[in-house]
Amino acid sequence: MLQAESKRYGERAIKWLLALCALLSVLTTTAIVISLIGPTIGFFEIVPADEFFFGVDWTPQFEPPSFGVLSIVAGTLNVTLWGMLFAIPVGLGSAVYLSEYATPRVRKTVKPALEVLAGIPTVAIGFFAVSFILPEIIVPLWPDGLLGGAEGKPFLALAAGLGIGLMVVPIIASMSDDAMRAVPRGLHEGAYALGATKAKVATKVIFPAALSGIVASIVLAISRAVGETMIVVLAAGSTPKFTLNPVESIQAMTSYIATTATGDISTGSVDYKSVFAVGTVLFAMTLVMNVVSIRLVRKYREVYE
Amino acid sequence: MVVVLKEQTPKISVRPEFQQAAAPQIKEKVFELNGIEVLYGGVSAVKDISMEIGHKEVTALIGPSGCGKSTLLRCLNRMNDLIPTAEVQGELLYHGEDLYGPNVDPVQVRKLIGMVFQKPNPFPKSIYDNVAFGPRVLGRKDGLDETVEKALRGAALWDEVKDRLKDNAFGLSGGQQQRLCIARCIAVEPDVILMDEPCSALDPISTGKIEDLMIELKEQYSIVIVTHNMQQAARVSDRTAFLMVELDAEEHNRWGRLVEYDATEKVFTNPSDKRTEDYVSGKVG
Repeated sequence: MLQAESKRYGERAIKWLLALCALLSVLTTTAIVISLIGPTIGFFEIVPADEFFFGVDWTPQFEPPSFGVLSIVAGTLNVTLWGMLFAIPVGLGSAVYLSEYATPRVRKTVKPALEVLAGIPTVAIGFFAVSFILPEIIVPLWPDGLLGGAEGKPFLALAAGLGIGLMVVPIIASMSDDAMRAVPRGLHEGAYALGATKAKVATKVIFPAALSGIVASIVLAISRAVGETMIVVLAAGSTPKFTLNPVESIQAMTSYIATTATGDISTGSVDYKSVFAVGTVLFAMTLVMNVVSIRLVRKYREVYE
Repeated sequence: MVVVLKEQTPKISVRPEFQQAAAPQIKEKVFELNGIEVLYGGVSAVKDISMEIGHKEVTALIGPSGCGKSTLLRCLNRMNDLIPTAEVQGELLYHGEDLYGPNVDPVQVRKLIGMVFQKPNPFPKSIYDNVAFGPRVLGRKDGLDETVEKALRGAALWDEVKDRLKDNAFGLSGGQQQRLCIARCIAVEPDVILMDEPCSALDPISTGKIEDLMIELKEQYSIVIVTHNMQQAARVSDRTAFLMVELDAEEHNRWGRLVEYDATEKVFTNPSDKRTEDYVSGKVG
């Protein structure tokens, strides 16, 4: 009387199907790590680890080749640093404006526009960076001779950095806006009732209360910047240099991978394996950054529930 | 419920169609409302409110849900300004000065007229920083420690929190959080404290503490409290205003209206209006 009328196989099948979907992303991550490890180990059988990790000359095509990864790590950091110096203030400024100042009508126009910007293919942004930002903005505005000057250089880390900055502004703005709007209404009212001005309410109450979401948006933006390929390939050049100087042509890790891992690379060569070694470093960098930021957010966030 | 009649107040009949409901013996007026109407998106929430609120008294606003008590309260420190569609009509004087006058700064208004909300809303900061918030944003940074201690003592919270001022305010109980919000409010040294159902989320013991506190605070501050709890109004207030929902002929629109406003003992023991009597005796509402 109390037994099930059928075995309900469909019910079980659904459960397994859903679990499989959830598992897929875990499996993918694992598979990526495994596929990186094999050739990376192979790479270190040829190139000594201390040359790789502490060397500052990245000249794989020279004879003898040198694989000092620090110079392309510096390339990535160079572009990311200048990109973030642009994107963080602009993104957070937009977010505070959208969540605290903008009227609903303005918000309804601006937010979708931001999200359209987020949808522009990065190859288009890269092209914009090299054909507009560099000649029309950086070259005329950069002070003569500062850090070697920007005049007459076809590729600049700064051009790629600003392009990446443009790419991630919508991520920071949109996610931080959501985080600030998720702060309970009562906190706004509480602060206003104490005679706080709008700016004080936004900066002293809402911004700190939304900090964990804001930091998350910045971390995501940095991850995207570090991993961005097309913009750096197009605008930053392909000259590995161990520098954070924005008005230099540099090479980022991603652009080394993209320009090396082409059809004519021979499987098993040092070049081939170096691509995986660089990929592993890139993976490790973003992983460490994510772990550190999760820790930071846990430590400093203001819990409001 | 026992209400002790101290002295018989002169009977003032308040006709609902003519609500010149000034209660007797207000020595000093803090607010004067003349024909106040509040609209949200063009629809009235309360209409024709005329009353005077006494300085250093506790004034209670009671009435059934949706009668506009909170709306009316939020006019008094221009909290309604934060709602883009809200509009206030009529005359509202604060110590004789037009609260909605063209040169009035709502930020300045709220420094003088503080507010405590229904749900305790401490900031996600330490106990100390919560109380220091107001003085800090107003640039009053000298003697901050003393200000914080004084405010916490004023809110009868000091002894419970003095050893953990750096702890997050969310570690406090609901009643303590609400007293913290009161401390935060009095740290700004306002003139008036508005309270919007401050005990509705609290247990009876915490409620009792906050009621005792209100009676102490009226030595220094004018208090206007909205409450659902009639016993609370009877226990703490000097004057009570009873509002009710009114419908138009087609019953499409509803708004709140002031039915009776008088000394609290009178409202609860010998109300002039039949509807007040029905409400306070628990027949309706």
